[in-house]
Amino acid sequence: MVTFSMESNLYLEQFKRSIAIAKKNIRIYYSKGPVVIFGIITPLFLFLSFYIGRNMPAETLVPGLIGMTAFFTATSVGPAIVPWEARAKTLERLISSPISIWTIFLGDVLSSFLFGAVVSIFPVIFGVLIGVKMVSPLILGFGIVLATFCFASFSILLSAYPPTNSPASVMMLSSMVKFPLVFISGIFIPIEDLPAWGRTVSLISPLTYFTDLARYSIQGRSFYPFELDFILLVAFAVIFLVVAIKIHERTIQKRL
Amino acid sequence: MGPNAAGKTTTIRMLTGVIKPDEGTASILSYDILREGLKTKQLMGIVPEMANAYVDLSAWNNLMLVGELYGVSKLQRQERASKLLKEFKLYERRKHLVRGFSRGMKQKLLLCMALINEPKILFLDEPTSGLDVGSQRLMRDMIRELNRNGITIFLTTHNMEEANQLCDRIAIINHGKIAAIDNPEKLRLRSSGLQSIEVSFDKAVSIEELSKIRGVSEAKKTGDKIRLYVDETSDVLDKLIDFARLKRLKIISLNTLAPTLEDVFLKLVKES
Repeated sequence: MVTFSMESNLYLEQFKRSIAIAKKNIRIYYSKGPVVIFGIITPLFLFLSFYIGRNMPAETLVPGLIGMTAFFTATSVGPAIVPWEARAKTLERLISSPISIWTIFLGDVLSSFLFGAVVSIFPVIFGVLIGVKMVSPLILGFGIVLATFCFASFSILLSAYPPTNSPASVMMLSSMVKFPLVFISGIFIPIEDLPAWGRTVSLISPLTYFTDLARYSIQGRSFYPFELDFILLVAFAVIFLVVAIKIHERTIQKRL
Repeated sequence: MGPNAAGKTTTIRMLTGVIKPDEGTASILSYDILREGLKTKQLMGIVPEMANAYVDLSAWNNLMLVGELYGVSKLQRQERASKLLKEFKLYERRKHLVRGFSRGMKQKLLLCMALINEPKILFLDEPTSGLDVGSQRLMRDMIRELNRNGITIFLTTHNMEEANQLCDRIAIINHGKIAAIDNPEKLRLRSSGLQSIEVSFDKAVSIEELSKIRGVSEAKKTGDKIRLYVDETSDVLDKLIDFARLKRLKIISLNTLAPTLEDVFLKLVKES
């Protein structure tokens, strides 16, 4: 019992320190140029270029806009934090502090999650303002929380390998992964309208399940049962988080 | 102390948990650095060679962040941060971003950050490197004061005089191995062949002839004097006086000199 209490205290203490890292990230990184460009401006223009001139109902477009916003914002800064910190030698400070590698990366995930979750509220408000009715706002809320955590975990996986300390290289590599995912995840074309091969490929993207969930919340119908969307988002989040941290544990020495 | 690439910074980085050693063990305050890394780090304060405060945060926010990373309560970290910033004359600049700080101010802030958790041991990697003379003196005074207050200080330096003034024990390392470890005086005394006699005569004397006196390992001209490196000063003194009589030379000045720490350092590094 005493051992359990000591261990739970240790985990709680480390979690508090993760929150300190998340606060630091929010103070430092969310006003940086690449984050604003890749996190907000690029997806917004991508959406507008697809939307303008097409006669699509708002109920079909808004779930895609919410999905894209959540995905791009939650993954905008995560990949670049470690290279930035390694280059500034502040990663060395974190490593020499009494915190585990898990604490550091959980802090990075928390900051990406908060940024993604907060910014994702704006397309929801936009949808409401243009008259889109929500069938299940609660499910949408849970979905945003879960999906942004999943995407935030994905963001630290993007910087895990190769262990480069060049933020520009990481941003380029992560864009090469992120943009194709947007096109196979039912953002612009609902999953049911995708060809068979497209539907098969869409299975590997966590964004598919969030977009599907957002469609269910707004239109009341989805391609997959919404419970399955939730389960798969949880599964992706856990896998991304564990795999990313395990890789970082192995490669972090090469960055110092 | 050690020459460039001797392994000084690597040693500190291993002891502070930044890099993993390939082999061997080390314990700090009875904690094994590998098996009980978090506990060990909790007791440390670190000022690294490269300034690594967050330049996009204010001095105050840097201190709050480090305090949180060490689990210092909010009230305590605010009290300690105010006290430290006042002591180090940075309080007025506490809300300014570190990006605009000078090298000296950054170094003082790093020391404040290292002290926010009231460490039992402080690692300083070349703490005065790159500072002007005034800031160097201030930093040394602070280090002495911290040591007087009971904090163990582990520092690396290139500066012999600094090591001589600040250290109770000095390890000289080269190629990752300790060439010698002792207190500064003992290091000086135990270095045979580095004691010297400085002599000047009324007339010019051949260096070659002086270097042939038994017990003299080397003779060097230093200005208008000649320095003779000897194993035992008393033996050579008699022979030197005999030499002056024989050559009808008048001794103008004669001093026996203990080796400087620099002499010892250079000799040990060369030997290792």
